[in-house]
Amino acid sequence: MSTGSLQTWAEGWLGNNDVRLLIALALAIGGLYALFSVVLGFQLNGTVNTLRRVAFLSAIYAMLALALNLQWGYAGLFNLGAAGFMAIGVYTMGILTAPVTASPPGFGLPLPVAIVGAILVTGIVGGLAALPAIRLRADYLAIVTVAFSEIVRLTLRAPEFANTRIAGVAFGTGGATGLSLPSNPIRILFYTDPAATAPAPNALGAAIFSAVEPLGIEQTLVIGWAYVVALCLCLGLLYWLMIRIGKSPFGRVLKSIREDQQVTQALGKDTRLFKIKTFALGCALMGLIAILWRLSGGYASPRMFKPIQTFYIFIALFIGGTGSPTGSIVGGALFASLLFEGPSFIRRVVAEYLQLSNAPDTLVGALAELGTLDITPLLAYSVQDVSISALRLMLLGIVLVYLMQRHPDGLLGHRKAIASSVALSQQATREDDNE
Amino acid sequence: MAARDYYSRGQNLVYNRPVLAIFAVIGVFLVFDIFRQLGTGTIAVTDLVSYLWNGLVLGMSLGLAGVGLSMTYSILNFANFAHGDLITSGAFAGWATAFLIAGLGEFSVESLILIGGPIAVGSNELGINVVNTPLALLAGLLVAAVLTAALSLLLDRIVFKPMRSADGVTLMIASVGVALFLRNFLTFSFLTDSRGLTGGNVPQFTVAGVTFGGHQITLVVVAALLMLGTHILLQYTKIGTAMRAMAANKDLAKVTGIPTERVVKLTWIIGGGLTGCAGFLIALQQGTLTVTMGWDLLLLVFAAVILGGVGSIYGAMVGGVILGIASRLALVWIPASFLLVAAFVIMIVMLLVRPSGLFSGRTTA
Repeated sequence: MSTGSLQTWAEGWLGNNDVRLLIALALAIGGLYALFSVVLGFQLNGTVNTLRRVAFLSAIYAMLALALNLQWGYAGLFNLGAAGFMAIGVYTMGILTAPVTASPPGFGLPLPVAIVGAILVTGIVGGLAALPAIRLRADYLAIVTVAFSEIVRLTLRAPEFANTRIAGVAFGTGGATGLSLPSNPIRILFYTDPAATAPAPNALGAAIFSAVEPLGIEQTLVIGWAYVVALCLCLGLLYWLMIRIGKSPFGRVLKSIREDQQVTQALGKDTRLFKIKTFALGCALMGLIAILWRLSGGYASPRMFKPIQTFYIFIALFIGGTGSPTGSIVGGALFASLLFEGPSFIRRVVAEYLQLSNAPDTLVGALAELGTLDITPLLAYSVQDVSISALRLMLLGIVLVYLMQRHPDGLLGHRKAIASSVALSQQATREDDNE
Repeated sequence: MAARDYYSRGQNLVYNRPVLAIFAVIGVFLVFDIFRQLGTGTIAVTDLVSYLWNGLVLGMSLGLAGVGLSMTYSILNFANFAHGDLITSGAFAGWATAFLIAGLGEFSVESLILIGGPIAVGSNELGINVVNTPLALLAGLLVAAVLTAALSLLLDRIVFKPMRSADGVTLMIASVGVALFLRNFLTFSFLTDSRGLTGGNVPQFTVAGVTFGGHQITLVVVAALLMLGTHILLQYTKIGTAMRAMAANKDLAKVTGIPTERVVKLTWIIGGGLTGCAGFLIALQQGTLTVTMGWDLLLLVFAAVILGGVGSIYGAMVGGVILGIASRLALVWIPASFLLVAAFVIMIVMLLVRPSGLFSGRTTA
């Protein structure tokens, strides 16, 4: 009984207030990783860095899920080419900012101009791609967009464009080796000359660095956290934008397209135009978010934009539930913290506390020991780099199948933003919600 | 009269289907350009013939791999993204068998079952090829077919059967999950090492400067026989008729008394078997095997199936061959790093111009 009343209380406290829900989620994830850090015996710097990494990935995947939710959750456009549009955004920015003298050369534009340019380019490419594509059925659209993203990736990887000259303008994608990006822009807050290799801190930087130095926290970590805070502001802005779009007349048309395209057309709306606009906007946002993602690493390569990247975002979106902006954030955070980062931490805990001997070379060798009821060789085999990443992706596959079988609408899918401006009917309660 | 007729048809095409007309003009231009380049000697005739032959080999691989995808697409109404990893599973199962039979006694069972990988088994010492070890290859082909069919049935039972009434998009997303699981299960079991498969002197024939590899010929012949068998099965047996009926109209098939669940099972068995064979043969022809083999092929297989028309077996075969030849012929104009790009562009153009494919409306025939 007490768990039941606790559940009721928790639902009452969290259910109707998205801000409380998100804060509770952030605290829970933070608590989990603080626990991991304690178990693994991290110093303060390591703990804070772990939290930074999880917060960074959560914010990025939450934003990507929000952008994808605009296309799939609101307008019903199944874009399996998200990775391709992300690549276009990042590479456009990289090529626009690369100095003219660099190898491969670029256009040497300042970063803000390049970001605006990249957003425009991604949006325009998205709109052009949508022009013919939106006539297609959802499954054909999925295949066309995933083929499109592969075309983008293969083109960026091709040696022909690695360092080229078209119409007298020299530029390049760097081919398979990748492209250097500008240094983290948030450094400007802390350094007088952020571009220098060993920059001198400015007044703010000096004050903060000297304050955290006795705690053993490094300068790079301060910068990393500042970047995460900036990302969270972007996330808040994007969330607000999505809520606004959802409630606007434009958003209502989108949701009505998702429900029934013919009815929308019968009401005199040009659904084609709405779809193209939404697709272009979603793609432009993906380009921007990908720029925010890669700017912290200072480097981009075609390997980062394989179709698996798109599937990651879809898993995040489906965990949270399509059609609900809060759900997208919850899904992004849960995906990044539990599914994306979780397995490697579990593996470190296993490696820390079980004295594992050398791993067997093969699975056959690991399984052979099972006959003597000794599972440590199998564990040692499982926590190798290759095996743990395979196990993680197997888990993602199982999660995806489970979600599609049991909760095709996601965890918060029952709160799918309804198409009408007022609730027209009480939503039917689903049986499996109580499971 | 006839000229007038053609003229008005041309006029119709330009006015009603401008996109199709543009692509038709580009196609005609490219064909003329091949002849021009042959005439001026920019490309040699032997180059052209070897492009065509390699294109045919790729096309038969894609066609055979596409038949199973096309069947499940038309009968279960979803794009199966796990199909590529079924191809890989078949290749691994078949090659483990072939290695075991060819090398039993000489090498440890562990290293043979894992097809080398982390433990070195020299594929040259085993010397598997179509002349040296035909029985090992035949056994491998059979095991690839049987195990892939069994795997397909198992996946259907666990994943797809409980969601029979779900829409195509939901099933497609679930199949992405299955693909992730299968591929990484193989990675977990076999690790990511690339394996050399064949060894010894693989026979090959050189006719007028064009090389026809023995394993290429094997693939083309076996694939053609398997497709012929599938055709006979679908056209002249009761179960084939039932499958075609179900692809055409599921409700009507049910009303007529066709046991739809049994037909679905048989679809997975036949489609899975052919897919396993395709995986084994493609690996034989390539001579190497990696865990991402099928996934890397998947989009091309989709392209072949869509080009031919979803649900049509002949469509998958013809689509595969056209796509294979077209993408290899594209080497006349573009560098090799854009080979896949060319194939994907063909698919996208096809979907835009004629989404129902070349063999539209002929489901599973």
